[in-house]
Amino acid sequence: MSTFLAFAETRAGGLRKVAFEAVTAARQAADSTGGGEVHAVLLGAPGMAQHARALGRNGADLVYVVEHSGLERYNPEVYAATVSERIRSGQYRAAFFTASAEGRDLAPRVAARLRVSIASDVTEFEVQNDAVIAQHPGYTGKVNVTLKLTGSPALISLRPGFVTPAEQPRGARVETLEPAIDPAAARVKVTELTQRSTTKLDLGEASIIVSGGRGLRAAENFKLVEDLAAAIGNAAVGATRAVTDDGWRPATDQIGQTGRLVSPDLYIAVGISGAIQHLAGMRTAKTIVAINKDKDAPIFKIADYGIVGDLFEIVPRLTDEMKKVRSHG
Amino acid sequence: MKIAVCIKRVPDMEMRFSIATDRTSLDQTGMKYEMGDFDGYALEVGLQLAEKHGPGEVVVVSLGPDGVQEILRKGLAMGATRAVQLKVDHVPFDGLAIASALAEELRSGGYDLILFGRMATDTANGTVGAMTAELLDLPCVTGISQLELADGSGTARRDLEGASESVEFPLPAVLTIDEGIARPRLASLKGIMAAKKKPLETRPAQLGPASLIVQRMELPADRPPGRIIGEGADAVPELLRLLQTEAKVL
Repeated sequence: MSTFLAFAETRAGGLRKVAFEAVTAARQAADSTGGGEVHAVLLGAPGMAQHARALGRNGADLVYVVEHSGLERYNPEVYAATVSERIRSGQYRAAFFTASAEGRDLAPRVAARLRVSIASDVTEFEVQNDAVIAQHPGYTGKVNVTLKLTGSPALISLRPGFVTPAEQPRGARVETLEPAIDPAAARVKVTELTQRSTTKLDLGEASIIVSGGRGLRAAENFKLVEDLAAAIGNAAVGATRAVTDDGWRPATDQIGQTGRLVSPDLYIAVGISGAIQHLAGMRTAKTIVAINKDKDAPIFKIADYGIVGDLFEIVPRLTDEMKKVRSHG
Repeated sequence: MKIAVCIKRVPDMEMRFSIATDRTSLDQTGMKYEMGDFDGYALEVGLQLAEKHGPGEVVVVSLGPDGVQEILRKGLAMGATRAVQLKVDHVPFDGLAIASALAEELRSGGYDLILFGRMATDTANGTVGAMTAELLDLPCVTGISQLELADGSGTARRDLEGASESVEFPLPAVLTIDEGIARPRLASLKGIMAAKKKPLETRPAQLGPASLIVQRMELPADRPPGRIIGEGADAVPELLRLLQTEAKVL
């Protein structure tokens, strides 16, 4: 029976959804190898311990809580030192992180400190006797790479949204740890956290994305896209690189090879021709809808449902009809 | 100011890939290569910093077979001072093996800044920059979209999901660069001519042991061919019906 570790990501005093994903993955790994223990590590400002119980719901037997007034914000050096020290002393078979912005920063630091490798942005995994096998989409999603991690512990960062948090109640007993180094002594300091918008859904967490391209002709016409997203209710708004390059939308809205890689249940492409650069970021969406005036646009080659025509007529109609569907839904 | 920029040669992502007969790599026949997208941003940042905080030196470093000399020459043409190839026949997938070789090369270089793209567009791991920093015990900020340097220290902004953070760090440091910070310049004809005379050294890469191994590469199943369901706004009710009853996503 092996023990597994999960890193529980927090922000602004609360747990993030990816924390439950990491714990759920560790629980799955433990159950597939004889039902060993799952430990979680939770770092933050004083008060963080209250969240330990929530991690128990997804299968954490033990939660190591590291509370310190200097950990109000992410501190890469304290986190890396503390998490790697815990892994070193814990005889873990594998440790799970998520490939969020924070996880992508932390996990390779921990791996390098432990002198072990890490499989990044993993969509599926399997713990075997002598190795951990991990699926990793590479080459902008054009090649599925099966990776074999032969070291121990095996470090894995999971692609956000690919593990569905599952209820598997466990005790979640709490042990407190001290930070491995004094937060005040860290060289790198996060001095400010700015939430972009509390109401706006993040692209990586949205199950529906409405995205706009050059076909919208002007920045102000993005209102059509926003209205449609609002009518759907739980949808986020994305954009193509052409649009963010032109400053119609912030760079953080870009979906594509050099922007966000997303896999929502539904992706509605409005006025997007379908450049390879863009397709790289959304080709793994479950269902793709395209609205474009050019019937030969490459986006129609991958769209499950395409409508050819003037988006300035189609999108407002879709918004109206969507409102009716959602109000009856 | 002395700056190293680590760049990777990656396949042109617009190409149609096929899997080689060993089933663990891509068929190299007719493969076209380029400098990784994010590495281009990193190089541009390095060049701009050297211009602003000069006099300086910008060294481009790439690990790989002789083919990487092409992107190193491109880096020199864009304005880098000199280039180093860490020669290896086959670039491993394991980020730690690569970071070990880079750390060996960079350790004694006296660099104020070591820059990386936030990830290679091919292997898409995004681990080498932070790992190299750890092996060198240098401060590191990853995925930055803004940067200000002043007097031995810097302030960077990094984007998170739905938020951003401001990060302070002392020099020397390792930074990995996200998109949107600076658009890579095109090499001028003069730059291309000058690059031919700039030094490009080649030495063997001291790769670390690899424990992350490619077991198999496969092309994902093709999406079913696209379907146009209608023209104009009158197709909207049919679209909604399909989304509800066929795709079941509403």
